[in-house]
Amino acid sequence: MADNNTSWKTVLFNPFSKNNPVIVQILGICSVLAVTAKLEPAIVMGLSVIAVLAFSNVIISLLRNTIPNSIRIIVQLVVVAGLVIIVSELLKAYVYDVSVQLSVFIGLIITNCILMGRLEAFAMANRPWASFLDGVGNGVGYACILIIVGFFRELLGSGTLLGFRVIPQAAYDAGYVNNGLMILPPMALIVVACIIWVHRHYNKDLQED
Amino acid sequence: MENLNIFIRSIFVDNMIFAYFLGMCSFLAVSKNVKTAFGLGLAVTFMLVITLPVNYLLNTYVLSPGALTWLGPEFADVDLSFLSLILFIAVIASMTQLVEMAVEKFSPSLYASLGIFLPLIAVNCAILGGSLFMQQRDFGSVWTAFCAGGGWGLGWLLAITAVAAIRERVSSYSKVPAPLRGVGITFIITALMGIAFMSFLGIKI
Repeated sequence: MADNNTSWKTVLFNPFSKNNPVIVQILGICSVLAVTAKLEPAIVMGLSVIAVLAFSNVIISLLRNTIPNSIRIIVQLVVVAGLVIIVSELLKAYVYDVSVQLSVFIGLIITNCILMGRLEAFAMANRPWASFLDGVGNGVGYACILIIVGFFRELLGSGTLLGFRVIPQAAYDAGYVNNGLMILPPMALIVVACIIWVHRHYNKDLQED
Repeated sequence: MENLNIFIRSIFVDNMIFAYFLGMCSFLAVSKNVKTAFGLGLAVTFMLVITLPVNYLLNTYVLSPGALTWLGPEFADVDLSFLSLILFIAVIASMTQLVEMAVEKFSPSLYASLGIFLPLIAVNCAILGGSLFMQQRDFGSVWTAFCAGGGWGLGWLLAITAVAAIRERVSSYSKVPAPLRGVGITFIITALMGIAFMSFLGIKI
């Protein structure tokens, strides 16, 4: 039983850092860059991906013995597309402003490589409960990076967090200016590169030669 | 003229990689050398040119609100747009399969150079992204969709080839800090190229 517990823990917690989907497996980069100019859409996007990933993992894992191997990609895409449509309709109904900001990127969750990667690599070979944990773990790992990048970009780019001003007026009076460059999409790449730099500095085994 | 404008804008201003950062996963994985990068770029261009007009027709005559009126006046208030994601991805996945079979049959040499990339393309976000942008922007005709698809494809091809060329040089001639090697430095190269591409902002023909 103890053995079982540790393996659950690895499945759930490994994707947070050692096997993070974004900065180690380099999957799902597109959306990290596009939705992180502000913190709020980043959080909503992270939650959407956690939900879609966990449930599509469970569904594919339940179906894994009945899916013919030759059409598995189409089956996976259809399951994911169904879940994404549900999420996108829910967002339009309850947080319309954010769903406008996210525009096509909710739809692009379908082709987010994290999903296909986890479905192929994990859900096709494991039981539903383990797949659920794997989905949640990877989703949270993805959301963490999204939130870190969103935090720095909003703080340095607009001087706000979640829309509230955090840099005091006195700083602006003393000559501080927001870094307009942080709002632009290329800076997201640089922020992610810095995260990779710090992360690999502490995890030497991940460095490439 | 309008279509030419959209074509040029899609290559430079709305570049899929440097402006929208779509298709990054395969972009990062495959941009290690110029030859394979060029092959993947060609495959992506090909798929965008095919799927964008098809999805445009699908969107205009089946999915958008009131699009089914040609079946009869009683369909005037049918709105199927919530189905667009699932249909677009189905078109893309089946087109990928079709193109793969056609290329394998008629041009084995092209198949040998593109072969491994074709299945990858079904999940390339640049392709689905193209269709979603097409839907969002209300293109005027199927030709506009065709030109935009060609432009986005060529822009993607240009971007991946350029970055692959830089990466080849960087990996052999420069001394990158160990933690940044590989992926990290590619992110920074892409970011700098993206900033450079911003200078195209606002060009019009």
